[in-house]
Amino acid sequence: MNLTVKVWRQKNSKSEGKMVSYNVKDVSPDMSFLEMFDVLNEDLISKGDEPIAFDHDCREGICGMCSMYINGRAHGPKTGITTCQLHMRSFKDGDTIVVEPWRASAFPVVKDLVVDRGAFDRIINAGGFVSVNTGGVPDANAIPISKIDADAAFDAATCIGCGACVASCKNASASLFVAAKITQLALLPQGQVERAARVEKMVAQMEAEGFGACTNTGACSVECPKEISQDTIATMNREYYAAKASSKNV
Amino acid sequence: MTKLDSKIPEGPVAEKWTKHKFNLKLVNPANKRKYDIIVVGTGLAGASAAATLAELGYNVKAFCFQDSPRRAHSIAAQGGINAAKNYQNDGDSIFRLFYDTVKGGDYRAREGNVYRLAEVSVNIIDQCVAQGVPFAREYGGLLDNRSFGGAQVSRTFYARGQTGQQLLLGAYSALSRQIGLGKVKMYSRTEMLDLVMIDGAAKGIVTRDLVTGEIASHAGHAVLLCTGGYGNVFYLSTNAQGSNVTAAWRAHKKGAFFANPCFTQIHPTCIPVSGDHQSKLTLMSESLRNDGRVWVPKKVGDKRNPSEIPEDERDYFLERKYPSFGNLVPRDVASRNAKEQCDANKGVGSSGLAVYLDFADAIKRLGENSVRAKYGNLFDMYAQITGENPYKSPMRIYPAVHYTMGGLWVDYNLMTTIPGLYALGEANFSDHGANRLGASALMQGLADGYFVIPYTVGDYLAGLGTKPVDKNHPAFKEAEDKVKALTKKFLSIKGTKSVTHYHRELGRIMWDYCGMARNAEGLTKAKGLIKDLKEDFWKNVKVLGEGEELNQSLEKAGRVADFIELGALMVEDALNRNESCGGHFREEYQTEENEAKRDDENYAYVAAWEFKGEDKAEELHKENLKFETVKLTQRSYK
Repeated sequence: MNLTVKVWRQKNSKSEGKMVSYNVKDVSPDMSFLEMFDVLNEDLISKGDEPIAFDHDCREGICGMCSMYINGRAHGPKTGITTCQLHMRSFKDGDTIVVEPWRASAFPVVKDLVVDRGAFDRIINAGGFVSVNTGGVPDANAIPISKIDADAAFDAATCIGCGACVASCKNASASLFVAAKITQLALLPQGQVERAARVEKMVAQMEAEGFGACTNTGACSVECPKEISQDTIATMNREYYAAKASSKNV
Repeated sequence: MTKLDSKIPEGPVAEKWTKHKFNLKLVNPANKRKYDIIVVGTGLAGASAAATLAELGYNVKAFCFQDSPRRAHSIAAQGGINAAKNYQNDGDSIFRLFYDTVKGGDYRAREGNVYRLAEVSVNIIDQCVAQGVPFAREYGGLLDNRSFGGAQVSRTFYARGQTGQQLLLGAYSALSRQIGLGKVKMYSRTEMLDLVMIDGAAKGIVTRDLVTGEIASHAGHAVLLCTGGYGNVFYLSTNAQGSNVTAAWRAHKKGAFFANPCFTQIHPTCIPVSGDHQSKLTLMSESLRNDGRVWVPKKVGDKRNPSEIPEDERDYFLERKYPSFGNLVPRDVASRNAKEQCDANKGVGSSGLAVYLDFADAIKRLGENSVRAKYGNLFDMYAQITGENPYKSPMRIYPAVHYTMGGLWVDYNLMTTIPGLYALGEANFSDHGANRLGASALMQGLADGYFVIPYTVGDYLAGLGTKPVDKNHPAFKEAEDKVKALTKKFLSIKGTKSVTHYHRELGRIMWDYCGMARNAEGLTKAKGLIKDLKEDFWKNVKVLGEGEELNQSLEKAGRVADFIELGALMVEDALNRNESCGGHFREEYQTEENEAKRDDENYAYVAAWEFKGEDKAEELHKENLKFETVKLTQRSYK
């Protein structure tokens, strides 16, 4: 099939960007969306034009690096997948496809479709962990955990940190990302000791990074490639108020 | 000739590590903060090492080329992690895990290293659980296990089909905590492009900031390469697009020996290639072989729909040939058998390069919901990529390059032949011999990072004294200038062919002549082809853009240039090893039943290659493998 692809081109974080239109020919339905970009880039290189910069790595939907906003939706028209798992069979001959980078002031554009998601790392650095050093921990089976809690913790832990939740949110809120980690650790016995301090620190860092507030629109959860439930945000809010009400941190 | 000293401690295998730990020198807690350690790569090995060393009090600088340390390719490991916990009471033990791993590696790994790996495996699980890694559990609240290829016990811990992700996020959380505390300085989107050496020892690295293009150097008392494997030399592999050999290769060119480069693992269960546009291959976890049955039609060229082929016209070739291990034979055996069937024109699908992996029996026995609970995400991924529903028709699978057992030569302390330079995880060669068993890569990465390097690096540092590394030493500027010149060179060639073109060509040569089966004639031909390709590359490669900006073509140019050189060494190594063992299958050397035929008399050694200068032949050094505990036998999985 033949397609028209409109792509955001921006030389660097300081310059202005614009949409540029390209024709891509002979696209196979078995190609992944990123492979279609590979073909386009090879074509650009052969013409002496600079290829389009985009983030990608594992190409199997787990590293969270790919991040394209396709026809107005994070990771494209299908739910439950990342851009790299989107295949061209989801499009038809003659389609025009619009591709933008994640849009959020906390994720500044680096170049073309590449954005800076360092804010996510800084939120985890603030408290998204259990403070145990290597060694001196109890035997793994000394901490029994109900299968129900373990499974729910796992569901929250599947977050890949791609940022689709932020890109999809009209407020550019990072609530789903932060709530997923808070929920995972709040459900597990290992997370109890730092439970209150964790939610306070992570929420404070989220706010410091300039993400918007959550207004319960739910777009984040719909667009999340790992389909993390919006319930985690309710959990985060509950954890936050409980922590504030009983805070030992001054 | 340099004598390779593996530094394996004397004494019974079960006591080596305990004894060695006691003999290692210690750095006192107050002095630890006077040492700087550089960690390159933030996968399981790198993140666990960086976090643990920072917890001990060292100053750590960590580097990764991705935009976040959480994205290293360990994240994509699916199936699980082995540990000799014997929670299932099914006869497992440290000794059995050790034995299985040595045997699975076709007796080309070091006993001492492997035993240590089995020994610390139990601590890894404890550590990960303490971090909050959500492993699969039974209803009683205890940890669940599954079985994996090459083993007859259930010792694999897992987190659905995303074990690597959960383990890496555990290590990443430990690393993040140290970044927050200021003990680790993290450099994301930063690539190591050379090693800095002063008086023959590793003292720093040169890096390129992938956003600004700035070339800078960093000093440290020790440098740890945790940079993963080199499977992308084949162009198509299950590795991430960015996975590369550059850090290890440039260290090799500074004097670190490269060991067993031809030992590559071809994983039996991957989604087959669909066309020329293919950029990577996707693995379907080996755990699927617990419940899936591998088969092809008995009749040559049978193009019927699989549902139309009756039971008695199917050949479940693994179950037929290997009744005791069945579908759970090790990876090299499963891959080779799939190739054999396809070579005999029994392959399925439009390309004929695939075999079926069928879940119909499992779904009948356990119900679709149970199968979904175990493998749901894998089935979804398969459906996404192929557009077919694996609950209704069998999956089509074919082997693909997945892991590299070879890597930088290291001694028992994980130190390379360059003092102060260490290699951890897949980047080193030491634990998997000629074939790695499933669920052992995660184990090794974390063993090296959490439980080995924190002990062994201290021994080296204690002997150095606490003086800081002199950042004004001319070696830093020299190395920086060399990297700058190389960048300029790539941009100045202004040829006609893209970097990807060369990568794809290299991949084709490697897969055809140095892939699942090799022979002397093909390897000799490959030598010439790679030489020509290298020449052509340096004349005609086209890299657009500038050095002082984000330039993905430039990044790739450096990586492909290194892959081409590595490819040549792999071919050399495969040609030198006149035997078949594990993943290295030389067609000239096979048993009557077409199994790998080792030559223990002449080849029970590690082949460690020394770089002797550009376009010069590398020198082979041999480390003879001593088997004091395990008896060498012909591997049999029948």
